[in-house]
Amino acid sequence: MSEPSTPSTGLSGSKTEDTLHPGTEPPDSLTGELRRRVLSINLAVTLLAFVLALAIGAVLIAASAPSVIESLGYFFARPFDTFAAVFNSVYSAYSALFQGALLDVNELREGDVSAAFYPLSETFTVSAPLILAGLAVAIPFRAGLFNIGAQGQMAFAAIGGGLVGFGLSLPAGVHLLASLAAAMVFGALWAGLVGLLKAKTGAHEVITTIMLNYIAIYLLGWVLNQDWFQREGRNDPISPILNESATFPLIFGGGLRIHFGILFSIGAVIVVWWMMTKTTTGFRIQTVGANAAAARTAGMNVGRIWIVAMLWAGAMAGLAVSMNVNGTDKVVTAGIVGNIGFDAITVALLGRGSPFGVLAAGLLIGGLRAGGLAMQASTGTPIDIVLVLQALIVLFIAAPALVRAVFRLRGKTADSLTIAKGWGS
Amino acid sequence: MTLTAPVVPQARIAPPSLTRPIIMTASALVLGAIFILLSPMDAETTFIFNLGDTFISIPDWIVPSRTAATGFAIAALVCAAIAWPINARRGSLFLPAFGLGVFLVMSFLAWVGADSLLPITGLLQGSLLLAVPLIFGAMAGVLSERAGVININIEGQLLVGAFLGAVVASLLNNAYLGLVAAPVAGALLGLLLAVFATRYFVDQVVVGVVLNVLAVGLTGFLYSRFLTEDPDLWNNPEVLPTIAIPVLSDIPILGPILFDQNVIVYLMYVVVTVVQIALFKTRWGLRLRSVGEYPEAADSVGIEVNRTRFRAVILAGAVAGLGGAFFTLGSVGAFGREMTAGNGFIALAAVIFGRWNPIGALAAALLFGFADNLQNVLSIIGSPIPSQFLLMLPYVVTILAVVGLVGRVRAPGADGIPFRKS
Repeated sequence: MSEPSTPSTGLSGSKTEDTLHPGTEPPDSLTGELRRRVLSINLAVTLLAFVLALAIGAVLIAASAPSVIESLGYFFARPFDTFAAVFNSVYSAYSALFQGALLDVNELREGDVSAAFYPLSETFTVSAPLILAGLAVAIPFRAGLFNIGAQGQMAFAAIGGGLVGFGLSLPAGVHLLASLAAAMVFGALWAGLVGLLKAKTGAHEVITTIMLNYIAIYLLGWVLNQDWFQREGRNDPISPILNESATFPLIFGGGLRIHFGILFSIGAVIVVWWMMTKTTTGFRIQTVGANAAAARTAGMNVGRIWIVAMLWAGAMAGLAVSMNVNGTDKVVTAGIVGNIGFDAITVALLGRGSPFGVLAAGLLIGGLRAGGLAMQASTGTPIDIVLVLQALIVLFIAAPALVRAVFRLRGKTADSLTIAKGWGS
Repeated sequence: MTLTAPVVPQARIAPPSLTRPIIMTASALVLGAIFILLSPMDAETTFIFNLGDTFISIPDWIVPSRTAATGFAIAALVCAAIAWPINARRGSLFLPAFGLGVFLVMSFLAWVGADSLLPITGLLQGSLLLAVPLIFGAMAGVLSERAGVININIEGQLLVGAFLGAVVASLLNNAYLGLVAAPVAGALLGLLLAVFATRYFVDQVVVGVVLNVLAVGLTGFLYSRFLTEDPDLWNNPEVLPTIAIPVLSDIPILGPILFDQNVIVYLMYVVVTVVQIALFKTRWGLRLRSVGEYPEAADSVGIEVNRTRFRAVILAGAVAGLGGAFFTLGSVGAFGREMTAGNGFIALAAVIFGRWNPIGALAAALLFGFADNLQNVLSIIGSPIPSQFLLMLPYVVTILAVVGLVGRVRAPGADGIPFRKS
């Protein structure tokens, strides 16, 4: 029997909830509720969440801009200076942000097409791993699992992908695929462990993924100091450069970093969409996520489906880190994962757990990142503002009741985002 | 006619599980054997106990490595043996397990410290210092999760506490005022968590994760805008002075470890004591726990579930914020980007490993601090064990704990489940 053993806590809330309130759904269907609610949140709320987040960001930018603070010193003499400074600081920051994410208008006017499209190339390059890591969070989401562990799965996968990438010599193409496969297998193993622990012992995935994140990152740090992984003649934690045959070729070249990895991430979105909607596996995952108790009654092996969902997630996380290992960086370092595994949570929440939603959200967050760097370079506004925007957007989307209240919209109020159940179950 | 008494099935009490004594004995045997065999024959280990001025100075203790490793391993085995009869009587295995751990660590130190000097008192003192923010974070976790709200946000609360503490102390030129500001910052972040968790019923893990991002973004933004622009004005706080408590600080070994610290460490003692007593000995604590364990019942007797949770989460934020001040005012002074470096998550691990109990969480946090500092000390004397594996220790033992290998942990019944009054 691989049924999860729920700890027998006589008085736990989840056990008693349905007996106390016979009318309410059993707590196992919370995820189903999530899906229904998340999908029903209308576009207006999403857009208003953006407006609200950008407005708060604007306040932050204006209130901290040196020009504004300076002009406040003589506010009563020339108040208009302050207003102009406020407008200029916000306008220049946001326009740099959007130009840095999409199109460099000045370069386009001067006729340098390649330079004009540099921002868009950056957006796609940054988005590629975000989309894949977003899928790694979104798939378990649909099975009712909250995967905070994309970070660790990516770190562990980098070991596998890197080893094959610089350790073997294979023909071009084959070598790349072998390296990607190794990363996917490593990622799947690390994530599958979470599913296995949950299925066999009931250990909550949020706890195990957080812990496994750190274990994987230290493991990567250790591996990077070993003779068989560290670049010869180096004392710092860095791997040898990957063989040319194991790297993604650039699509356009000429200073544009966009590589063929982006096609893999779009392909993965389609594959996951197909898996979720057209296959038995996808059906099972969604059923378990909608109502694990009902799925169990219907004869599904819930534990095994959790493991399968986590294996998919880990494979996606592995592919995500390959965008950096085989694409942009071409080496493995301690910082190869960056913060992508955590940004992926934002992407998955923003994309509402659906593959194409994740694609859109990944492009959006990637655009904010790429634009943020350009904004920091040209206006001096720190890129951290992007993190603030990202957090606020998700927070507002997760609490539509708040957005409705702010904009005095009518509509149902109690439709917030709820997925996780208690630690115990 | 003979009446046969109906056979009443005797209520059988299952014999106590032997898992724990078995695990204890096996670890004593296996680890002890490893430490003995690996420790070199003709080397000596020096344990140093002196630190600062105390009543009596304890002389350094120089022993042959293998002999010491063997002695401590045998002592560990004795502890494991004692566990068997206690387990049969269903007694508490805390003391034998504690002894087992201490002696195994000493045996390990005898091995790795061969041919070098091991500052035992310094090791313990450093462990306590590394554990201070963990302990504050863990108390925040206990408060909030006992009330039924999952607190993934400890990391962010520590960070904003460290930030505002440093900034206020620097602007007002007074470290103690910074110490007042830090809990305010933590409480404000806690307020956000409370609002979204208990008013808008947003998934608590989601809010926690997102608020961590917000904390990193906000502190990072303000850090780049102000703190790096004019560090003398914004990011130049004085460090809290150490205050030696008279008499107590002169006790050998314990004195310098526990009673020659700055005020945050003393506040930590107070917070742990207050949280433990308040949770389990007061009406307030009973209500808080009832709300986290079984909100429907609490509601039925007139306790305002969501209001109680709301206040508990804000209080937890304040506690974590105070702990965050230790990163700046208690040690380094200046604030650095993302300087809490995952301590909030180790604190969360301590909450779980300590089974949602203040004292348990305290013990877990101290253990994690010890593992961290042991790694520091070993990297100085040159250790045979890679530092990364020691750093992993807190996370590995937490997984073992939730998986049930070292006794199953159980969360408060309604932890993480929003309460909607119907």
